[in-house]
Amino acid sequence: MTVHSAHPPGFAHQFEDMEQQREADSLGMWVFLLTEIMFFGGLFATYIIYRALYLPAFEIGSHQLEVRFGALNTAVLIGSSLTMALAIHSAQVGKRRAQVGFLITTMILGAAFLAIKFTFEWHHDYVEHLVPGLGFVIRPEWGAAGQHVPMFFCFYFFMTGLHALHMIIGIGVLTVLTIMAHRGRFTPEYYAPLEVSGLYWHFVDIVWIFLFPLLYLIGGRYMGAGH
Amino acid sequence: MSEHIVPVSLYIGIFVALLCLTALTTGVAYIDLGAFNTVAALAIAVVKMLLVVLFFMHVKYSGRLIQVFILAGALFLAILITLTLADELTRHWSPTPTGWGMFVPFLSRLF
Amino acid sequence: MSTATIDVPEVPTGSRVNYLNAQYGVKSWLFTTDHKRIALLYLVSITLMFFIGGFFAVLMRLHLIEPQGALVQPETYNKLFTMHGVIMVFFFLVPSIPATLGNFLVPLMIGARDLAFPRLNLISWYIYVVGACFTLYAVISGGVDTGWTFYTPYSSSFSHTSVIPTAVGVFITGFSSILTGLNFVVTIHKMRAPGMTWFRLPLFIWAIYATSIIFILGTPVIAITLFLLALERLLHIGIFDPAIGGDPILFQHLFWFYSHPAVYIMILPGMGVMSELVTCFSRKRIFGYSFVAFSSLSIAIISFLVWGHHMFVTGQSIYAGLIFSVLSFLVAIPSAVKVFNWTATLYKGSISYDAPMLYALGFIGLFTMGGLTGLFLASLATDVHLNGTYFIVAHFHYIMVGGAVMAYLGGIHFWWPKITGRLYPDGWARFAALVIFVGFNLTFFPQFMLGYLGMPRRYAVYPAEFQVFNVMSSAGASILGIGYLIPLIYLTWSMRYGPAAGPNPWGAKGLEWTTPSPPPTENFEEIPVVTEDAYDYAESTVNRG
Repeated sequence: MTVHSAHPPGFAHQFEDMEQQREADSLGMWVFLLTEIMFFGGLFATYIIYRALYLPAFEIGSHQLEVRFGALNTAVLIGSSLTMALAIHSAQVGKRRAQVGFLITTMILGAAFLAIKFTFEWHHDYVEHLVPGLGFVIRPEWGAAGQHVPMFFCFYFFMTGLHALHMIIGIGVLTVLTIMAHRGRFTPEYYAPLEVSGLYWHFVDIVWIFLFPLLYLIGGRYMGAGH
Repeated sequence: MSEHIVPVSLYIGIFVALLCLTALTTGVAYIDLGAFNTVAALAIAVVKMLLVVLFFMHVKYSGRLIQVFILAGALFLAILITLTLADELTRHWSPTPTGWGMFVPFLSRLF
Repeated sequence: MSTATIDVPEVPTGSRVNYLNAQYGVKSWLFTTDHKRIALLYLVSITLMFFIGGFFAVLMRLHLIEPQGALVQPETYNKLFTMHGVIMVFFFLVPSIPATLGNFLVPLMIGARDLAFPRLNLISWYIYVVGACFTLYAVISGGVDTGWTFYTPYSSSFSHTSVIPTAVGVFITGFSSILTGLNFVVTIHKMRAPGMTWFRLPLFIWAIYATSIIFILGTPVIAITLFLLALERLLHIGIFDPAIGGDPILFQHLFWFYSHPAVYIMILPGMGVMSELVTCFSRKRIFGYSFVAFSSLSIAIISFLVWGHHMFVTGQSIYAGLIFSVLSFLVAIPSAVKVFNWTATLYKGSISYDAPMLYALGFIGLFTMGGLTGLFLASLATDVHLNGTYFIVAHFHYIMVGGAVMAYLGGIHFWWPKITGRLYPDGWARFAALVIFVGFNLTFFPQFMLGYLGMPRRYAVYPAEFQVFNVMSSAGASILGIGYLIPLIYLTWSMRYGPAAGPNPWGAKGLEWTTPSPPPTENFEEIPVVTEDAYDYAESTVNRG
């Protein structure tokens, strides 16, 4: 450990030096992400079990979703992860304007994801009577498996809803970061808030990377799959 | 641990790879592979996750400690899923000793 | 592990600035980020919850004096045992040692100025208070009658009581545990003083570290489970309702995935306290340091593999039951390692029977009984007979009360001079420890008998032939209740009138004892450099303070 200089920006009193603080911040966020893994993990485990119990119903349910929106949203989120990584890169090399630009792009992409999710997907599901509790209609062509299709949609809305909630929180955090970046708070020596928020943003991306195949692609989309 | 600066070109490369994998997983879903549709979809998702974790989240360059923590998270999630499935899949299972075939009835329900 | 480089200046308590007198006023407490003050905030709030939970227990035991029930309606009785369980488990036992002693001691023991995230630490206390308020609201609004386990489908489809407020309270408090665990893990990894290697850490720190792992990996699962339960109850979507294809046993899987490890959240910190007490009061190094350290970690890990032993008679697959039974027996190994190593530490030690040591010796006996009866319940066939009887109640109270609460009180008595800078009356403290030991055994030993004879738990009435044991148990409960009130009185008294304690009244080892009592806000004027192993009692057998 080195001798700490007089008060670098963002330095907290309980630490010995900036290096120790940065390592603690980063580890703290990773530990938090572990709890998030287990939080979503409980939901994934429940999903896997009901999928095993009612596979035909889950395939029918999955086929009601539009793959193109799911795939488009995946691309949007991956793009936002890229811009987030580039925002941190700009802080590392000390480019303030680029930082702000990339952060704003990240927020726009996050908002675009939510917009597609809410308008093209959830609203569409509502119109098609696919929302459990809000006039769900079991269609006769689904046959015997139809009675468990609402279960699939329960999971669909829980999982995408919880994911969307994390996105909204992430956009809130990014707003604060953008203001901080605009005021020049981040330097190549101190950008821990940016870094740990980036970890969170990428984690939310990873959740979607798994939700996309689990919800949209299970059992294949080829003709006759699941029937 | 985070001083390592990843070149922008690598980020772009990872981004392009992730887009290609998204296209691949969507495309594969339209080909009939039987049980392997699920396997393929999940395998591609794992690869995508690894790309994000290793490069976007800098885990490739971070200390051993964080790598161990992430593995611990994966391990405990696996414990949760495996042991719960150990009950759910075998609850009505009466094995008849016919070799490895006796495992088919419950494993096939996963895929 | 004292340090060679540090000399504590001997300044009288009255004139020296410490964390207690640095600032005054309600605001200075409610907005503090000092880990020591937050520990005291927790101490006050969990003590309050302890006595509320204890009050429900007293009512239950009074009711059970008569076979037909002496006090309340059966519906009320159901609410009594539920509220007792919820409050004691989630609002007392889980935060007890980690949030009070852990908060106070972790930075002091590893030689740090504070936890890594002091503001997060304060936030976690506020989260705890908000969660507790929800649960207390549930009590006032009519109570809950599902049992602390919230089993579905009763909780989701049938109960007409305040299930959701209680579940929300527990859900919120879970985040307090998560943040506390996160803070401890980062602090222990990144904030250790120079020279404080992993194998020089006090074993209390190892235990807190292992506990934090469970907090981090287990608590989120109960959060999502209660979330699903609340949704199921509100919307009747059928996830846990067998009538529309749901699986109520799945709820138990998810519930016990957290709640079984949570048992070790309650006992592991107690085991950490034990290692400190046994070494100090027998003036010896711990026997087999690394075995005790690693047994904490292995208990934490194995605890995640055994949850199915709560479900042997639920209709769980017999194959899963077999696996869970075998894995459950494994926990006995690290637990036994600890008990044997404490006993080996006592062997040929120069033992003194101060109040904390009385609690520690009580712990060894009672925990051993609780642990061994646990093996009965881990075996599939025996469990069928004993499941759902008072045998289970007695078993887990021997662990939770005989183990965790004894260690908690032992720890409070041990570090009280450090926390407050005052000594408590030793005679009263020893007397209280004996009263608690006697009262505890009289309360719960008869319950082993009752359970073995077949009296089911959670019933408001029972056949007349069980009355003798029930009256014994109720008598014991009143002794136990008095036993808990005595420390409350003399410890409160000592805060104002107790004689000043020196920096190290027990002649104990450890960095926390190198600071003045009470410690200054910044803990250490200069971060110490550690040069010795833990529990280096070899040369200091006689110089008691």
